[in-house]
Amino acid sequence: MYTISNRLKMGSIILMVVGLLGIGYGFWTAPGTVEEAKEMVADHNDNHGAVTTHGDEYATEAHEDEGHDAAHDEHVLHQLQNKPWAALYVAAFFFFMIALGVLAFYAVQRAAQAGWSPLLFRVMEGITSYIVPGGIIVFVILVLSVMHMNHLFVWMDADVVAHDVLLQGKAGYLNPTFFLIRAAIFLAGWIGYREYSRKLSLAQDESNDDSNFKMNFRISAAFLVFYLISESIMSWDWIMSVDPHWFSTLFGWYVFASMFVSGITVIAMVTIYLKSKGYLEQVNDSHIHDLAKFMFGISIFWTYLWFSQFMLIWYANIPEEVTYYVTRIEDYNLPFFAMVAMNFLFPVLLLMNSDYKRINWFVIMAGIVILAGHYMDVFNMIMPSTVGDQWYIGIPEIGAVLFFAGLFVFWIFRALASAPLQPTRNPFIEESKHFHY
Amino acid sequence: MASHYEAPIRRPLVTGDKGYHDVTVDIAAPVEGRADKQWWIVFSIALAAFLWGVGCIIYTISTGIGTWGLNKTVNWAWDITNFVWWVGIGHAGTLISAVLLLFRQKWRMAINRSAEAMTIFSVIQAGLFPIIHMGRPWLAYWVLPIPNQFGSLWVNFNSPLLWDVFAISTYLSVSLVFWWTGLLPDFAMLRDRAILPFQKKIYSLLSFGWSGRAKDWQRFEEVSLVLAGLATPLVLSVHTIVSFDFATSVIPGWHTTIFPPYFVAGAIFSGFAMVNTLLIIMRKVCHLEDYITVQHIELMNIVIMITGSIVGCAYITELFMAWYSGVEYEQYAFLNRATGPYWWAYWAMMTCNVFSPQFMWFKKLRTSIMFSFFISIVVNIGMWFERFVIIVTSLHRDYLPSSWTMFSPTFVDIGIFIGTIGFFFVLFLLYARTFPVIAQAEVKSILKSSGERYKKLRDAGQPLYQIQKGAAVSTSREEVITQNVLMGEVVPAKGDKQGVNELLSSIGTFDHTKETADDLKKVKGIGPKMEQTLNQIGIYTFAQVGRMTSKEYDLLDSITEAFPGRAQRDDWAGQARILSNKK
Repeated sequence: MYTISNRLKMGSIILMVVGLLGIGYGFWTAPGTVEEAKEMVADHNDNHGAVTTHGDEYATEAHEDEGHDAAHDEHVLHQLQNKPWAALYVAAFFFFMIALGVLAFYAVQRAAQAGWSPLLFRVMEGITSYIVPGGIIVFVILVLSVMHMNHLFVWMDADVVAHDVLLQGKAGYLNPTFFLIRAAIFLAGWIGYREYSRKLSLAQDESNDDSNFKMNFRISAAFLVFYLISESIMSWDWIMSVDPHWFSTLFGWYVFASMFVSGITVIAMVTIYLKSKGYLEQVNDSHIHDLAKFMFGISIFWTYLWFSQFMLIWYANIPEEVTYYVTRIEDYNLPFFAMVAMNFLFPVLLLMNSDYKRINWFVIMAGIVILAGHYMDVFNMIMPSTVGDQWYIGIPEIGAVLFFAGLFVFWIFRALASAPLQPTRNPFIEESKHFHY
Repeated sequence: MASHYEAPIRRPLVTGDKGYHDVTVDIAAPVEGRADKQWWIVFSIALAAFLWGVGCIIYTISTGIGTWGLNKTVNWAWDITNFVWWVGIGHAGTLISAVLLLFRQKWRMAINRSAEAMTIFSVIQAGLFPIIHMGRPWLAYWVLPIPNQFGSLWVNFNSPLLWDVFAISTYLSVSLVFWWTGLLPDFAMLRDRAILPFQKKIYSLLSFGWSGRAKDWQRFEEVSLVLAGLATPLVLSVHTIVSFDFATSVIPGWHTTIFPPYFVAGAIFSGFAMVNTLLIIMRKVCHLEDYITVQHIELMNIVIMITGSIVGCAYITELFMAWYSGVEYEQYAFLNRATGPYWWAYWAMMTCNVFSPQFMWFKKLRTSIMFSFFISIVVNIGMWFERFVIIVTSLHRDYLPSSWTMFSPTFVDIGIFIGTIGFFFVLFLLYARTFPVIAQAEVKSILKSSGERYKKLRDAGQPLYQIQKGAAVSTSREEVITQNVLMGEVVPAKGDKQGVNELLSSIGTFDHTKETADDLKKVKGIGPKMEQTLNQIGIYTFAQVGRMTSKEYDLLDSITEAFPGRAQRDDWAGQARILSNKK
């Protein structure tokens, strides 16, 4: 039985406290008036001119020149006010998405009746426990958005919709009530599966037949169907709709690849940590090797989807689509391309060699790059439409990451300590113990 | 490879009481035996279809593409539909051999050989269409970016159609190498069993001098892994680039970012359906039910169900996004698909590809051979319609309503399509008679862990190595106490050669009064004529045949003077023991 060490507990609490201070600082320093915003922009960026994207403010373009200037200033104010919210949302979603990615991986292992992974099931279950607090926090942020506490989702603003024909056309789908209902259904489904599967997994160890195991197999298959649909819609709702004019059919699967690879990376990292503390004796190099293979393979898969989406939009060059990448390449040049390098070049080069996939610290290093890369990926998905070119990675962003990292670590290790780390009566456990090649 | 341990709840992948030699015999049987009437009938039909197709191709090339039903608006129809359909079918082979190899799925071993053969044959069919469509196929080499003397003539590197040339030719080459690498030990097995010098010569050429030494195996496994690593991105790239043919354009219904992964999923979907179609027939005709088991079919059905659901998810995503985009052209393109003049094609596609695989959620249906076969055909049809829907319905109503039109194929369009199906089956039928249709060397590598015989021994707590053929023979010999008593009572019909008595003394005689004669024709390799000869000698039962060893085979050969070595090669004794046990 694993017990959470005091150092880890203290470390995660310190992370949370420091993170909270950072988040608080972000909200504290957000401008309240147009003047303050102007001042801040001048401080930060001397040569900032009229180069702003109006993606989400179609309506203002009809105004007179003077009005336009004022509208522009107000726009900057909104962006700066959005900044701490966006920073919070990106980090909240990123850690939530790790847990959801692990949940998908776990369900795949269950449904595929994989023989190598049962030794890691408790690790995965520990990580997916975060889906409860993580999901609730994301949901609360969405509710606050609906309550106009922020302007993350511009389509929630009735004024904007009133001046925007496209958004009026989408109102049947993009309206606050339906949006929250969908989010609630999805979260209920994910949390429900996680809790039930965990219950069956623990019950299997106590029982004297395989009925729990079989039930788990069935619900995992059913969950994957639900996940296939809900994950896509979730990504349209929670991410794509921050830029409500833009659309891409691939978007859902692209976000899936991101959460899948981040999740697998965290499984590998937590496993290596627990092994380094002397737990999970039966987990051997081959298990780590296989996880690292998945990190490698899914990173390439992510790149495949990233490229497919980017290349097709770039090649066809249709204005309403290509604006998405124009904004990112103009205003987010460094994070945009650095993110591709971190998510593709680094994993490919670091994990290509099969010997390296068995070196624990190497896997951890590659994992840190991958996680940072996918944080940047989410950053690039949310920020351009919420804060425009007013982005930077400062105290609010880092604070939010630290807070959720602390909460994540605290929560998952607490969950890991709540049950034995090794399942005993899983029918495939012997296969998993014998796994070496 | 991973350890040989396997959880007891896993079902055996090789059913029946199969030892290593049985695998060899069973898999060599179709190659070493003769083609039966059914094979010739099917082959003739396929050949006729192929020849019709050749006629249509000649007509097209000599007259021009005008013989097809294309028009100014629908300027791409069956040609590209068939091309994409065949390329898609070609995906399952590499997926089974490469991706499932990487995932260490043992069940791939019974089906990978035929799936890869199918891949190669269907990519050949696919490749025909662009070449015919050129109109002047003798200039086909112009699609290669080779330095030339024609002035500034150079291929258009911006065009996805050119990327296709590279992608598909690379894919074909790698698939071929992968396939052949796997074939080497199996060709060597056929070589070592061959009796006629001609066959020996051919199979030793094909097996590239495989010796079976440890070094050969080590290199074999290494090459397989490297090729699997190469083939996996390749298999994704091929259909991705095929999807680029459409998605890079700005035509509503074609330009959508989900195309690359969704085309790949669709390709796997259709490929597995075709593998199911072929293997359900082949396992029956070639008596391979112990290797391609119901579990294999069930697993393929599950893959069909998963990929079908992914494809369905993509259809709905496309539909939803067309509405969500707010772009009127997108919205109309999809409305027209579902409710326009081609509504029947759209709903045929939806029914076949999205609804029909959902039946596979029911265990009863996915383990039913007839139903699996039916669904596999339905899916093949559905995937053809998918391409037709994407291509024709997106084109036939363009931006200019005055040019709206319909497409109707001519007999040449139909003829070429039927011709490629014929060509495909000609190749596959020839393959089924000359190649080892199951990767027997690989099946043997999982026999101890996943074979039913060894699983049973393990469950019984018996050591795996003690059970040998000899032991089985001696036990059954003990049962027959009549062997010495009855000796001499039966008068050998075929002359009174010394050999007959000698033969019967070791395998026991047949007592008309106590036993009934078995139908020896059930043993593969024994025909009506041979049965008659055996009966004349005094051999009537499976038990008798089951006791034969190589000494008795030689005696039999010297007595009958027909088919030397046949009995040994087909392992009559082994077969007869099984039949005897089943009685």
